[in-house]
Order: sequence, then C-alpha cells, then structure tokens
Amino acid sequence: MKNEQIPQKFDRRTVLKTAAAAGVMQIASPFVVPAWTADNVKMGMVDPLTGVYAAPAGNEVIGAKYAVEQINAKGGILGRQVELLVEDSANDVGTGVQKARKLIERDNVNFIIGDVNSGIAAAIAQVTAEKKVLHIVSGGHTDSITGKDCHWNVYRVCNTTRMEANSVSDLLYSKYGKKWHFITPDYAFGHTLYDACAANLKKLGGTVTGNELTPLGTTDFSAYLIKAKAANPDVLLLLVQGSDMINCLKQIVQFGLDKQIHVAGTQQELESLAGLPPEARIGIWMFEWYWKQPGVPHVAEFVAEMRKRNGGKVPTARHWFGYVSAMTFALVANQQKTLDAVKLAQALGDFELPPEVKLQPNKVYYRKGDHQLMTSAFVGEAVSKGKDDPEDLYRVDSVVPGDKTAPSVADTGCEVKWPA
Amino acid sequence: MTQLLLFNITNGLIIGAFYVLMALGLSLILNLSNVINFAHGGFLVLGGYIAYTITPYVGFWGGLLIAPPLTALIGLTVERILIRPLYGRDPLYSLLLTFGLAFIIEDGTRFIWGAQGKPVTVPAFLAKPLSIDFFFITGYRLFMVAVVAVTVTLLFAFLRYTRIGVRIRAGTLDLETVSALGINVRALRSLNFAAGIFLAGLSGVLAAGQLGLEPTMGTGLLMPSFIAIIVGGVGSLTGTLLGGLLIGVASGLTAVFFPAASEAVIYVMMAVVLLIRPRGLLGEEGMMST
Amino acid sequence: MSGEQTRKFVVLAAIWLALIFAPYWIVPLGGYTALATRVLVLGLAAMSLNFLLGFTGVLSFGHAAYFGLGAYGTGLALKFMTGSTPLSLVMGMLLGGVAGGLLGALIVRRRGVYFAMVTIAFGQVFYYIAFQWSSLTGGDDGLRGFSRQPLDFGFFQIDILSNTNYFYYFVLACFALAVAAMGIILRSPFGRGMIAIRENERRARFLGVPIERHIWIAFTLSCFFIALAGGLYALVNNFADPKGLHYSQSGDFVMMAVMGGMRTFWGPLLGAVVFVVLQDYLSSVTINWMSFVGMLFVLVVLFFPRGLLGFIRRKREA
Repeated sequence: MKNEQIPQKFDRRTVLKTAAAAGVMQIASPFVVPAWTADNVKMGMVDPLTGVYAAPAGNEVIGAKYAVEQINAKGGILGRQVELLVEDSANDVGTGVQKARKLIERDNVNFIIGDVNSGIAAAIAQVTAEKKVLHIVSGGHTDSITGKDCHWNVYRVCNTTRMEANSVSDLLYSKYGKKWHFITPDYAFGHTLYDACAANLKKLGGTVTGNELTPLGTTDFSAYLIKAKAANPDVLLLLVQGSDMINCLKQIVQFGLDKQIHVAGTQQELESLAGLPPEARIGIWMFEWYWKQPGVPHVAEFVAEMRKRNGGKVPTARHWFGYVSAMTFALVANQQKTLDAVKLAQALGDFELPPEVKLQPNKVYYRKGDHQLMTSAFVGEAVSKGKDDPEDLYRVDSVVPGDKTAPSVADTGCEVKWPA
Repeated sequence: MTQLLLFNITNGLIIGAFYVLMALGLSLILNLSNVINFAHGGFLVLGGYIAYTITPYVGFWGGLLIAPPLTALIGLTVERILIRPLYGRDPLYSLLLTFGLAFIIEDGTRFIWGAQGKPVTVPAFLAKPLSIDFFFITGYRLFMVAVVAVTVTLLFAFLRYTRIGVRIRAGTLDLETVSALGINVRALRSLNFAAGIFLAGLSGVLAAGQLGLEPTMGTGLLMPSFIAIIVGGVGSLTGTLLGGLLIGVASGLTAVFFPAASEAVIYVMMAVVLLIRPRGLLGEEGMMST
Repeated sequence: MSGEQTRKFVVLAAIWLALIFAPYWIVPLGGYTALATRVLVLGLAAMSLNFLLGFTGVLSFGHAAYFGLGAYGTGLALKFMTGSTPLSLVMGMLLGGVAGGLLGALIVRRRGVYFAMVTIAFGQVFYYIAFQWSSLTGGDDGLRGFSRQPLDFGFFQIDILSNTNYFYYFVLACFALAVAAMGIILRSPFGRGMIAIRENERRARFLGVPIERHIWIAFTLSCFFIALAGGLYALVNNFADPKGLHYSQSGDFVMMAVMGGMRTFWGPLLGAVVFVVLQDYLSSVTINWMSFVGMLFVLVVLFFPRGLLGFIRRKREA
C-alpha cells in the first residue's frame, strides 16, 4: 500500500512554526517562576478533576474556593492572604502522589486537602506524614484513614462507612424488615460498608439473603438483580455510588423491582439524584449534608452565596466538605497563632466547628482519638420532584449526631502516634 | 437453578445485542480501512449527549432519528481531516491517533455538558417490564433488541444488495484491485467510516436510556466491542454479530456463578480464541497478518 | 576518532551529565526532584517498550501489564518477604519478566493488529486480576503498607526513603544498569537480528534468522526491563495500583516512544521528558489538559511520526 501524501494545507513547516510560537509563550511561563508573594499562606488541594469522580471533586474545589474567599475577606490567616493551589490527581495514584509532592516541595504549601478517591487519599497521607504537613481528607470514605492507618497529621471531614451504616440500620430494620440483600461495589469502600451493615443486621436479629459484589463501573446490573429478586428479600440495599448508583437505580425502576422490594441504602448524594430521571429517585438513604435546613442558622446564606458560584445550583455535601476543610485550617491556625503542623494537629483534637461553618443543628467536632469529624447523618427519603424547588430532591427525616453513629475510638483501631 | 440459568442466558442475549451494535460499527471501520478506532466509545458518548440536547425540542423519537446521523457527520469530518492521512501507514498510528481523539472527545463532552451525569428519560410505555417474573425484559430492552435487529438486517442488506455495499465488501478483500477498477476509494472509505460512526451514535442514544449519561461512559463499552470482533473473527460481520451475543451470554452467566470475574471472562475468551483459533469463529485466514 | 564518533560521544556525555545533575538544574527551572525521578522511571519504561517496538518492529499495546506486575512484585516483596529494596526490585523484575516470557511464547506467531490486540487482551486480564484479587493486591485501593527501605551496606546506610535526592540517584543507577544492558544487547549479533526482522522480516527469515525465537526473546527481555521500571515506580509512590496495568498506561508508553523517536535509542527518554513534564504542567494550569494531551497525540501522529529525534536526524541528513 502506498503512502498517501499529506495535503498541502497542513504542511509540517507551518505547524512547527505556529506551535513553536504558541508553545514558547505558554511553556516558558511557569518554569520562570515569578517571585510570587512568598508572603501568602498556601493551601494545596489534590482532587480527581478528570475521570469518573470529576463531578464530586469539582464541587469540593468550588466549596474550598469559597472558603478561601471568605477567609481572605476576614483578614486571612495570621494577617496573611491565603492562596488555594488546585491540582488534578486524574484518579491515578501515581499522579496524586506526584502532585502532592509538587505542592509540598515546589510550592511550599502549608496545608493539603484531598482526595475524593480513598486510595489516593491514603497514598497522599503517607507523603504528608513524611513531610509533616497538616492534611485534611475531604471526601475519601474508607475507614482506615481514621482507623488502622491513621496518622497524626491527617484529619477527615466526611463520614466513615461504619458511621453511615450505623445511621440507617435501625430505621431500615424496623420499617422494612429483617431480610436484607446487598448490591456492593467490589472495592474497599464497598466491603467495609457491607461488613458494617451486615454486623448491625446480625445484632438486630435479621438475615443477609445475599451480597452481590459488582465490579466498579458495572453498567448492566440485570444479572445481579435477577439473583437479588430470586432471594426474596424485604429490602434491597444499594451500596454502590456515583454512576454505578445511577445505573443500578435506573434499571431497578425500569424492571419494576421497586414495586416488589423496598429499595434503600446508606450513602446517597444530590449529584446522583440529580442525574437520575424523576421516576428513579426513590429509596431511603443518608446524606452527609443537605442544603435545605429550615431554621438552622447560617445555612440559607451559605446556600445563597454558593448558588452564585455554582451556576445557580444549590451546594451539595461535596461543596460543604471542601468548605469545611479549608475553613478548619484558617480557624485553628488563627486560634493557635501558628502554622506549625504538629501544634495545629494537636489543637484540632476535639476542636469544635462554629455554627457558620458546621451548618447543621448538632455539635460538630474533630474527635481527638481518631481525628474523625463527628458530623451528622441526614437520614431521609429521595423525592422524585422537588415541591417548592426543583433541586429539593430529598426529604430529611432526622439528623443524627456524628458521635451517635460513630463507633468508639477503640473500635476504629486508630492509635495516633505523634512525632518525637 | 434452571430458571436462573435461563433468565441469565436470555438476559445475556439482550446485553449481547447491544454489544453487537457497537461492535459492528467498529468492525466496518476496521475491515475496510485497517483502522482501529479507539475513539469509538467517544462517538457513542457524543451520540448520547446530542440526543439529550435535542430531545427537549424533538422528543425521544426525534432524538433517536436525528442524533445518529449528526454523529455520523462529525465522524465524516474527523475522517476527512485526521484519519485519511493515515491510510496505508502502520496500524500503530491510527491506534495512537484515535487514542488521542478519545481523550479530546471525553474532555470536550465534559467541557460542554459538565461532569455531572445527565438524566435521560425513556418514553413511559417502554419503561415497563414484560411481567413480574420476566422483569428484566422491559419494553425498552426489547425495543433496543428490535432496533439492533432491524439495523443489522438493513446493514447486511445494504452490503449485499446495493452497489456501494458490494464495493465495500470487495474493498475489505482487496482494496487495490477495487481502486484499479476505477472506484473512488477515498469516498468509499469516508462513507464506510461514517456508517460505522452512525452505529456508534445509535448505540449511544440507546445506551443513554439505560445508563447514566456522563463523559466517561464510553470507555467501559469499548473493550467488549473489540473482543466481540476478535472472538467472532476479524473481517466477518456475521462473526462480529455472533461474537457480541456470545460475550453477552458469557458475561451474564459468569455474573451468576463468579461475579468477580464477569468482566474479566470476556478477556479470557479473547485470549483463548487468539491462541487456539486466531482468525476467530468465522474470520478468514490471514485477514490481519500484515 | 572520526567526526561522527566524536559527535556521538559528545551527545552521550551531554545526556549523562544532564541526568546526573538533574536535581540541581531542575529546581531553578520551576521543577522538583520527584518530577525528575518520575521522568526517569517512565522513560525507562518507554525505552523498554521501544526495545521491542522500535528495534524489532513489533507493537505491543499491553506492555503496561508487565510494568504493573513489576510494581506489584516489588511491593509484595517489600511488604511480606524482605526489607531489602534491591532484592524486591529483582523479585518485581522476575514476576514481570517471567510472565512476559510465558505469554510471549503463546503469541509470538501473530503479527500486526492481531498481536496488538492479544497484548491488550492479556494486559487487561492482569488488570482485572489485580483489581479483583483484592485480598492480595488491595484491589482498586491499591497495594499499600510498604515503602522503600534505606539501603544497608553494613557500616553505612543510604536513606532513599526520606531523601528525595538520594532516591533519585538510586533510580538513576538502576536506569544506567538497564540502559547499559539494552545497549549491549542491541550491539550484539542478536540485536542485529532484531533490527533485521524490523527492516524486512521475510528477508531475515531467508537469511536464516530464527524469527519467532528472536521475537520471543526480544519480547521477554523487554518485559524484564519494563518490570524493573514498574518496580521503581512502586518505590516512587510507595504504592502499586491496577491503573499501572491498564491499556491506557500502555498507550502513554507507546506515545512517549513515538514522540521521542521510535527508531532511536534515546528517543523514548526524550519523549518521556516531554510527555511527563507537559502533562505535569498542563494539568496544573488547566482542567482541560486531556484535550491538549489528546491534541498532542494527534499532532505527533500526523506530522511527526518519526518523533522528535527522528525529525532532528532527518534535518541533519538533508
């Protein structure tokens, strides 16, 4: 087969020249690092802005940016302005670790936030512990981060899987019945969530009729649903998240299974409900934070301000995670009047969040023993169409405080070892 | 147990039908032009998003009818500008180029429509299962199978009975002779590529009804299509048809007994076929030995 | 020495000087040592792939599987078996290399698109094993709980764990060993045989070169080298994850080789430099870095198929 000629228009020489011109301008810049204000306090944020978790990660960043805005408006940290440097971990551990090192070694950040992906969060935690940088895990849920792999410099905002399981178990048992069937995503988050739920069910006296382990990214759940239906449970618990949750729920409703079996689960997010057609917005879940909290101080203002920065849409739990993470640094640093990581990490033990940051009715604080934020679980039910607001897709029935859903420190397996 | 097996085989055939649609498009492009289109999943996603965008104006059926041709148009442009220079070169280059193209499409869809998944509703009368027992055979899935069946029939008829179809088939066997006979091979390739992308777009529209529509949707659906082609036999569209159904059934059955392996089993199938009968079930010897 | 030989010597010296002093000149340019280490590791991987692709003419699009196996092998060795970093690297190399040898024997008769697809298939099988066998590999969360250990020479230690620069030099040393081995092999009669196969397989067969055996040996060797790169990668992150086995990782390696110049020895390293640095920089600057990287792929394929070094070489020959 003969080679076909490249058409004249796309001549190699022209491309070279244009590329060179554009490239030199673009590429030259960051390698000639401007003497930027070495005076600023820098926060680094590593999140998977591309890939399957792009939506929640993006929202966390928006929340953190808003927090930084507010911090600077009130005078910054220790009188210095705060800069938020955001890096994309691309949902890849190697990239996440590299970006964390970049932020710490090249950009000299004082704090690190991240990652939504628990595996990457844990890997970054190793780097931050090694480099002695205060690190808040905003959205990675795996238990070990504030459990057996806890570090002195790592705190976490979002719930652990055991907290999530504990928040709904009693309700589901009393309301729906004792035979539970699970659809569990086949990775650490799913496994620990299942273990927690199954343990609770056993304590209450119920039975597990089956556990379908689905590979991450499964698009077609029909085979698993066939098995689930054959097992004849009272309630089908969906532990899958993100796109898996959307696909699974969509198919359950199309199959009409929701008319025969109750559907419920643990963690649910507004992003997923918004991505579902109205008829598939069903089930009892827990949210980690919800925007509509009438009567709770400061929430309405927060929601209004976030709408302006979020394309008119309401903030989700993810926005709140990013917001809290960034605000925590400012609050504790300004309180202790230092940027020293060890001192701040110690001060965060039992640190309570003020009303304008916690944005929920109960007491919210970072527990000293395992560095886990005792944040509430918003237990409720999905709503197919919002009553007054098209984004009000969830009805909150109860807000359970974090220290009621969390296992005791001893049970988490965390033993914080402080540096000498 | 037999009921479970029967259910899963039937269900597997339904899933397989969907793989067939996507794999056929990929196969068309591969057979005639020797191009491995790694961006096929991206075009699927594009088809879904285009349908999502125009549905408020033309309804679900309008979306189904208009989105695939629009996607094919985009495919045509891509072929003209990017793929055409690569014909005759080592297949490595088309692989790399379409690989990069897949990146661009994924990022582009995220840029235009956002990372957040989009809700897609199918017409209510389709979204009902056949019966309580056969709940997994919904109207929509039957509709999908019907669409695939009709499309496949039309495709095969097109290739068998129309002049262009015959030329395409001749081209897959010996493109040089076809060219020597005075046929405009460039136009033929463009048309063939557009046809393949049309099928990708159609798959996308159908998929959006069943799955969450988001930018990374296409990547998970690409590999099964390749495997369908390899198992069925490169160069044979009937083989691709068979291959798609086979892997659908294999995947469904494995999900019953060994769910952890339900995705890996199709790769194992591919490996086995390549080792024992490399031309695939219905492929022709020496099709791809260059 | 002739002019040509002097020039080659100068180039080689320049390359090694640049590598040896990298931690010192990279910082003023706005980089950081960990970036240089990453470039080295991925560059080694690309060069290992190129050993097969550029010099034998055989396309494997699933080589990341052996890279990943090397990473897991090293990680598992460090976690369960030994406290010695070099030994764990050897174990990683063995895991990836032996797997490559076994699989290579099975597929060596195929060519072209078939070969590429089988390599993708096998690669993905390993990916799924790593993903699903979570009790051993940690599944999607990856293999954790190990870290590179300080090198113990009896009466002194080199702390490659906490000192980034020391670790860079350790990686450079491994890189040098591997590259030297590759160079020696390529210069040997066996290496000449490989190039003969690339240039014209039929003629090589007529000349009595045992094609299948040569390709198998080249394949296996390249798997050993890339497994070493994988092991080093696990040490860089103190982490191994399934992503390293995925075909998209293979695609990156192929791109580095092509971008730098497939038919040259050092081309892939240059390709790795450009690719890694560009990706690192772009992803910090814009969230749409994937579009730019994709466009880079497209532009390289359309206009610079011989890669940067290939382009420079042609200019000089013109």
